[in-house]
Parts: sequence; structure tokens; C-alpha cells
Amino acid sequence: MAILSDTIKMDVQHLGAFYGKSRAIEDINIQVPDRKVTAIIGPSGCGKSTLIRCLNRLHETTPKARVEGSVLLDGEDLYQLDPTAVRRRVGMVFQKPNPFATMSIYNNVSAPLRFNGRPSREETDAAVLRALKQAALWDEVRDRVDAPATSLSGGQQQRLCIARALAANPEVLLMDEPCSALDPIATAKIEELIGQLKNDYTVVIVTHNMQQAARVSEFTAFLYLGKLVEFGPTEDLFERPKEKLTESYITGRFG
Amino acid sequence: MFDRAMRRKLFSHGMTILTGATVVIVLIPLFWIIYESALLGGSVFSLGFFTQNIPAPCSAHTGVTCSTEGVGSAIQGTVYLLLLASLYSVPVGLGAAIFAVEYGGQRAFARAISMAADVLSGVPSIVAGMFIYALLIVYEPAIVFSVFSGSLALGVIMLPIVMRTSEEALRTIPHSVREAALALGISRWKTSVRIILVGALPGVLTGVLLSIARAAGEAAPLLLLDNGSLHPCLSVDTVCQSLSLTIYLGATSASSNYVAIAWGAALLLIIIILGLSIVSQLVLNRTARKWGQGS
Repeated sequence: MAILSDTIKMDVQHLGAFYGKSRAIEDINIQVPDRKVTAIIGPSGCGKSTLIRCLNRLHETTPKARVEGSVLLDGEDLYQLDPTAVRRRVGMVFQKPNPFATMSIYNNVSAPLRFNGRPSREETDAAVLRALKQAALWDEVRDRVDAPATSLSGGQQQRLCIARALAANPEVLLMDEPCSALDPIATAKIEELIGQLKNDYTVVIVTHNMQQAARVSEFTAFLYLGKLVEFGPTEDLFERPKEKLTESYITGRFG
Repeated sequence: MFDRAMRRKLFSHGMTILTGATVVIVLIPLFWIIYESALLGGSVFSLGFFTQNIPAPCSAHTGVTCSTEGVGSAIQGTVYLLLLASLYSVPVGLGAAIFAVEYGGQRAFARAISMAADVLSGVPSIVAGMFIYALLIVYEPAIVFSVFSGSLALGVIMLPIVMRTSEEALRTIPHSVREAALALGISRWKTSVRIILVGALPGVLTGVLLSIARAAGEAAPLLLLDNGSLHPCLSVDTVCQSLSLTIYLGATSASSNYVAIAWGAALLLIIIILGLSIVSQLVLNRTARKWGQGS
């Protein structure tokens, strides 16, 4: 299922993941193209989140969790690298906004810089400004970057988390159902933002919302019961699905 | 005689009155103690009471004037004891809490540490004193009776309180915050110390204050290890006076000024412990609100 004419940013090979003895995903093979949006869809419990958490080595932080297979980032296996180095190159945004509640907006965004090095005030300022602008939050917070992060609305908090992830200057941005806790207007804003982010970043988004996958992504992977059913250009997958299972799912016959 | 509804009503009223009465019984000793201490102890409070050292015992026969000034050396000794005890118990208790919460995960070992701390907190304080006594008499007999050995025993008493309350405080930080930090490529150690611990700091501080409040009132291990001086102590290998010891000294004394001093020391100790408890509760409430709002 190689996607021709696109550079492959992440190559997921025979990936499997376990929680203790129970297997969550099995033999997943996906090629994530560079600077495109790849969506992962499937019914609840199919292993979407587990899959995406293997792409920045966060899965293994769960007690008793285990991973097999490999994930190549620019040809290098993530699982041979230092996990903290991997997570700096592969950022992540979670389902529920999770800003650092004790920190200001500014300190949230500058956290990856401050905790991973000793940047100068100018460097930090520049990075915070860039990240907040990229996350389309700057105009709303420019007068109050020192206000607590918790003073923001849910949608703003989620964009703050996107800004925080971007401040680390990652190559890939993983989004695990980033809109599921948000209202439709905030969701529309995040979707619009994803459209802009793909100019600079490779985006992988997990969503349970098929319309969202159709709206924001170029490529879609359909997972069912821990296995990859189909992977290909979003348009093909939604309009001409190769697998019967995919067709049943996207036409709403189950899930 | 009465119908069923009436009987029910009577029973309900009767039980309400009965349980209300037990509340009053519970509160009586508390307020009585505070009232009595405030009455008898308050009368000796003066500037000299806090600054002067313990005077000589007075009696009609010796003609020594009955001075109730003061407990300066006891305050100094208590501060000395608590500072030393905090010095050992806070870093160790905090370290154990960080390990249990951030590194232990579900592991049986982490649960075993928490359980060990619970058992330790149930050990009678005199046993903690006896343990330090037995330990020092073998290895360092010269300082068996000293403020140092007394503070070791208080440290043993404080340790499980610091550890368990710190553990609770660290656990109040939502898991999503840990994941957020790890996902940014922040190392596990920095996440634990600079994000989780800093976020939980007010709760940790609460634990430290509560453990200090507990140790401040301890007398049993000190009677064994750090008893017998009326004077301010200058070094860790000498014996110190403390507020709790002063109460014991005064309560068992025949001299009227010592009895009065004991009440004063008791009132002072109650104020300190009550103050620490109130401050720690306020700190805790504020943090709970902050994180409740957060993630």
C-alpha cells in the first residue's frame, strides 16, 4: 500500500501493541506521507489511540505495556532511539485539553523549551510568539499571556496545547481525537488550523468522526478490532472502498 | 397507645437528640482543654515568658520568688528538635513518595512502601524512642542522651506522615498532566520534580506542617532521650528542654510556678499545633480548587 509520489515521513512496520497480556493492535503497516494529514478512523476500542501512542513511544509509559514491530521516522527506527528525543520530534495533542494548570499561558507554551534546555529570554519569546500564531491563538491571548492557562475556554485550551506541542519544534504532530471534548465552533477552528499546519508538519489525527476525517485528511487508515482493514487516499477510501468492512463502516452499518 | 406514624416520629426525634448529644460530648473535652489552658496558661503569658529561661522552682521554705518567666529555652529546644527532625524526614519522606507515585506505578514494591509507611505511623512514639536509644547505645553511646537522638526519634515519627501526605498530594495531579509533559520530550525525572512536584507543592507543604505539628507535641521519646536540661542547648550532642517536656516537668512538680509554667507551655503548644493545622488546611483547599479547575 505504498503511496507513490509522496515522501514517506513515518513508516509503520508490523506494529503490534499489548497491555499486559491482552493485544490491542496487531501487524499494522502504514506509510505516513510527509506534510500531509493522515487520519485514523474506526469504531471505539479498535486500537486507534493505542496506535497513535506507539508513534511517539508514549504507549510504553503505561505500566505493563509492550510494543513489537518498528516505526521508522525518516528511515530511523524510533524504538532504537532515546524516547525523550523521539517525543521532541513527534509532538502530541490529547483528547482532553491538558494544559499545566499551575502555569500561565506563556509558561505553558515555553515549557518544552525551558525544560529541555536553557534558552535565552529572546529565544523563548520568539518561540512562544511563533507557536501561538501557528496555533491561531495569538490574537485572542496577546494581551494576557501571563494569565493562568485555566482562564481560557476549552477550545482555547486545546489550541494552547497545540501551541505547546509546536513550540518544541516537532516534525510530526499526533492528534488523538483533538475535538471530541469541544463544541462545533471550536471544532471548526481546530480543523481549519490542521489545514494550515500541514504546510509545515506531518499530521496524524485519530478521529471517531468520519466526516472530520473526510474534511481534514489526505490519507485515511481504517482500523477494526486492532487490525488495519484499509489504508489509502481519503477520497478513495470513502468513495471506492476496497474492503466490504470499510464500506459497511463508512455507510454507518456498524460502529 | 400511639399509632405507627407517631411512633416513627418520636423515634426519629429521639435519635436526632441522642446523636446531637454525642456531638456535644465529643466537643466538650476539646473546648474544656482549650478553655482551661487559655485561662491558666494565658495568665502567665508575657514578654518574659517567651524570652526568659526556665526559673528555679520556688517554695515557701527556700524563699525563692515564684517567677513564671519563662519557657525561652523550651521554645528554642523545640525549634531545634523540629528543624533537625525535618532535615532527615522531609527529604527521605518526599523521595519515597516520588518513587512510589512516579516510578513505582502499579508495582507491588511501591504498594509495599506505602504499607510500610502506614505501619510505621502506627508504631507508638515511645517505641520509636526506644529504637533510637538501642541504636545509639551500640554505635554512638556518647550522644544517646542529646537533642540529636531526640530529633532522630521525632524524625522517625514524622517520616510516614510526610511520605503518605506527599504521596496523596502527588496523586492529586491528574495523569493527563504527566502525559502532557512526557509527550513534550521532557524527561521522566524533570516531569516528576519540576512539573508534578511543583504542582503538588502546597499539598506536600501541608504534610510537612502536619508532621511538624505531630512531632511538636511528642513527649514520650524525649523523656527517654532528651530529658533533664533547663537551659538552652548549644550543640546537637547536648540535652535540650522542649515545650512538651516543660509540661511534663511542671505537671509533676510541687512548685507552684512550675505548674503555672506548664499551663503556659500547654497553651503555647496548642496554639502552635492548631495554627499549623489551620494553615495546612487552607493551603490544601486552595490547591484542590486550582487542579479541580485544570484538567
